[in-house]
Amino acid sequence: MTSCSMNNKNHNENSGAHGAHGAHGAHDAHDHEAAVAAKVTFGFWVYVMTDAIMFAAMLATYAVLKNGTYGGPGIQQVAHLPHILIQTLILTLSAFTFGLGFIAFLKSKACQLRFWLVITFILGVVFLSIEIGDLTSLVKQGYSWQTSAFLSSYFTVLGLHALHIMVALLWMLVLLVQFSCKGFSTVMKTRFTCLGLFWNFLNLMWLIIFTVVFLIGAV
Amino acid sequence: MFEQLLLGKLTLDAIPYQNPIVMGATAFMGIVALVILGAITVTKKWGWLWTEWLTSVDHKKIGIMYLILAFIMLLRGFSDAILMRTQQAVAVGSHMGYLPPSHYDQIFTAHGVIMIFFMATSFIFGVVNIIVPQQIGARDVAFPYLNSLSFWLTAGGAGIVLISLFIGDFAAAGWTAYPPLSELAYSPGVGMDYYLWSLTLSGFGTLIGGINIFVTIIKMRCPGMTMMKLPLFTWSVLCSMILIIVSFPVLNITLGLLFLDRFIGTHFFTSDFGGNPMMYINLFWTWGHPEVYILVLPAFGIFSEVVSTFSKKPLFGYAAMVWATIAITVLSFTVWLHHFFTMGAGANVNAVFGIATMIISIPTGVKIFNWLATMYRGRITFATPMLWMIAFLVTFSVGGMTGVMMSVPGFDYIVHNSVFLIAHFHNTIIGGVVFGLFAGYTYWFPKIFGFRLNEHLGKWAFWCWFLGFLVAFMPLYVLGFMGMPRRINHYAASTGWHGLLVLSCVGAFIILAGVLFQVAQLLYSIKHREKYKVGNDPWDARTLEWTIPSPPPFYNFAIEPVVSERDDFWEQKQRGLKAIKPVYTDIHMPKNTSIGFMIGVIGAGFGFAMSWDMALPAIVTGALMLLCVVVRTFDFNTDYYVTAAEVAETEAKFSKLNGAV
Repeated sequence: MTSCSMNNKNHNENSGAHGAHGAHGAHDAHDHEAAVAAKVTFGFWVYVMTDAIMFAAMLATYAVLKNGTYGGPGIQQVAHLPHILIQTLILTLSAFTFGLGFIAFLKSKACQLRFWLVITFILGVVFLSIEIGDLTSLVKQGYSWQTSAFLSSYFTVLGLHALHIMVALLWMLVLLVQFSCKGFSTVMKTRFTCLGLFWNFLNLMWLIIFTVVFLIGAV
Repeated sequence: MFEQLLLGKLTLDAIPYQNPIVMGATAFMGIVALVILGAITVTKKWGWLWTEWLTSVDHKKIGIMYLILAFIMLLRGFSDAILMRTQQAVAVGSHMGYLPPSHYDQIFTAHGVIMIFFMATSFIFGVVNIIVPQQIGARDVAFPYLNSLSFWLTAGGAGIVLISLFIGDFAAAGWTAYPPLSELAYSPGVGMDYYLWSLTLSGFGTLIGGINIFVTIIKMRCPGMTMMKLPLFTWSVLCSMILIIVSFPVLNITLGLLFLDRFIGTHFFTSDFGGNPMMYINLFWTWGHPEVYILVLPAFGIFSEVVSTFSKKPLFGYAAMVWATIAITVLSFTVWLHHFFTMGAGANVNAVFGIATMIISIPTGVKIFNWLATMYRGRITFATPMLWMIAFLVTFSVGGMTGVMMSVPGFDYIVHNSVFLIAHFHNTIIGGVVFGLFAGYTYWFPKIFGFRLNEHLGKWAFWCWFLGFLVAFMPLYVLGFMGMPRRINHYAASTGWHGLLVLSCVGAFIILAGVLFQVAQLLYSIKHREKYKVGNDPWDARTLEWTIPSPPPFYNFAIEPVVSERDDFWEQKQRGLKAIKPVYTDIHMPKNTSIGFMIGVIGAGFGFAMSWDMALPAIVTGALMLLCVVVRTFDFNTDYYVTAAEVAETEAKFSKLNGAV
């Protein structure tokens, strides 16, 4: 891996710059990288918790407004259950493919890593397309987020989740590019760990939406 | 068409030419800004400002910028208070006063927003940023770039509030912005949108800041600093940051939903189409009640440091204090409904929340008694921080007791929305948070700037604030019993409120004198800074921040400290400090970055564009913000080494400076 060796070179230059402290500096840098990785991963966990609370508040709002249909359709009329099942399977599968990608990273297999990430990305895009298709067709039938408080919260719960998925997909692309420059380095490992955390979190949030919105309401 | 895309609703009519008060304030602010910008240009300090401050990721400098922001916003919020007090003192019977209702409504809204979000929160984050890493023996916060981002997002939010003064207007629905009043149908103006965007920006800034400080305290304590050896200020900040982490996401989503209601016509909180305005109020206070503890817990921490330092005793009941703080943290999420007992949730629900509210006064009472017990048989020095402390004990106890009164739903029904409530929460926020912050400001000022504040002027400021506060707010309790509602700009003479409102106005002007004394104190002390220069430990204090030079070098600790007990520095002083020949090593420090500053500025532009429906600028600024975030992730070279030789050189310079004292 050229990128990998390039990274090592940078590393050496960095410690070499400190002359007499060369050997010591390299040791320090290693410690420092590990400490940064621990902080970033922990900090990202905390961030994910805050995001979970945001979803919780949103779902509480949904639960309160669920019956506010104002004479319009309720959850049983708007939910297209076969699509929901397919979406759930796709997202769960994508968490699995991401996991395979991360294993490839740990085993330093660049091609496999890229392959599984691309698969995960495609699954994410398919998930989004189905969701956007369903919501668009609802709007076309004349049931938009302006129709009732229930539909407002229905669109927003799904929209909030979809927005997160979009951010995660953008992040995936950015990391694929960065992987080409930085290779199997500590910093990339930390970033893939965080993205994996985020992706699994979104999967979990979808399962909760699946339960609160669809399982309780529409089945 | 293009003009519409570019400018949205914005026209020249948005500038309130006809209003002399607003234009006067605008002219004043404009002149001040021009003088400052001119001074920077004349002295050729732009480069220095950019490299040393705007792009800095040094936690101490970011903290100082937070303090400056808090100070500016204090002046702005306080002017609003003076305007309201004078209006209520004169607008009786046939006199309508000088503020029409529409303007008065904006003033009380802006006063609340500014004081809570931009004065108190910024002040807290300023002190926390500077002191917490030093108290735990760290060289910076966990994520220095995010720290800069937090500050600039908050500053961007503050910028939107300031600009609302002279372009368009500000929200007029109260700082809580209850729907349906805050919905598009009843608040069609740009003011509500300014409100939403300024709070969204600062809300995300605060959330990121909360995560950052939390991780700092958990992960970056020096060797030996176990949780039960943390200074109590750091403990209370830790709990406050947990509250931020748990509650601010709720605020952000709630404001987001209100924004959707106004922007794309959803019906979350409208009173028709099945919407539920009470849902907003529940969500708002789910954040809002923890928020008051977010503000007051760090103040409690400051008082704990101050009382122990100036009584020359260890804090009484350290473990009890820690557990009381944790209890308050947990309980603060169980009481939000007491803000709207009158919603009509029913007797049982009200009783549960009423009792929960009473319970929360128990850990607070534990703290009060611990502070008193710390002072008991101590060698008390009546320095200014200690005066703020003692005044706090009095005022906060009164505020706490009126709080317990209102926790009884039956009593709350009588005084709900009256000025009794205003008196109560100013009693706790001024008497608790603001006094605490002033205590912290005088206490840590020498550490931050290397010279102390003039004590004489400080005591004058203290007495004016303390007496002014009592004169301004005690009458409001009486007025509350007399049935005076909050947020009114005119009343009939037959109400009999006039005399007490005049008294209250006099109190506000006494506080004004206090503020002026503080400004004078600051200017005088800066002028005589050589005379007031201090060494590492001017107060004979107890915690780690006093072991390093004042002001500290950018890396704080040349050698990572190792502690073995609570108040380790104090214990060492009792045993006699041993001079050890220092062995310096290379220090890893973060590099400056302009990204935080850019995102803050562009974010303010984005908020402005969104408020005025400017489609093109909103798209451009939104995309630029995203771009900044992505660009930053491509910067892998974010820190550098300070060599041991440089550290030795800097330390030698500092010890020479200190030798002169």
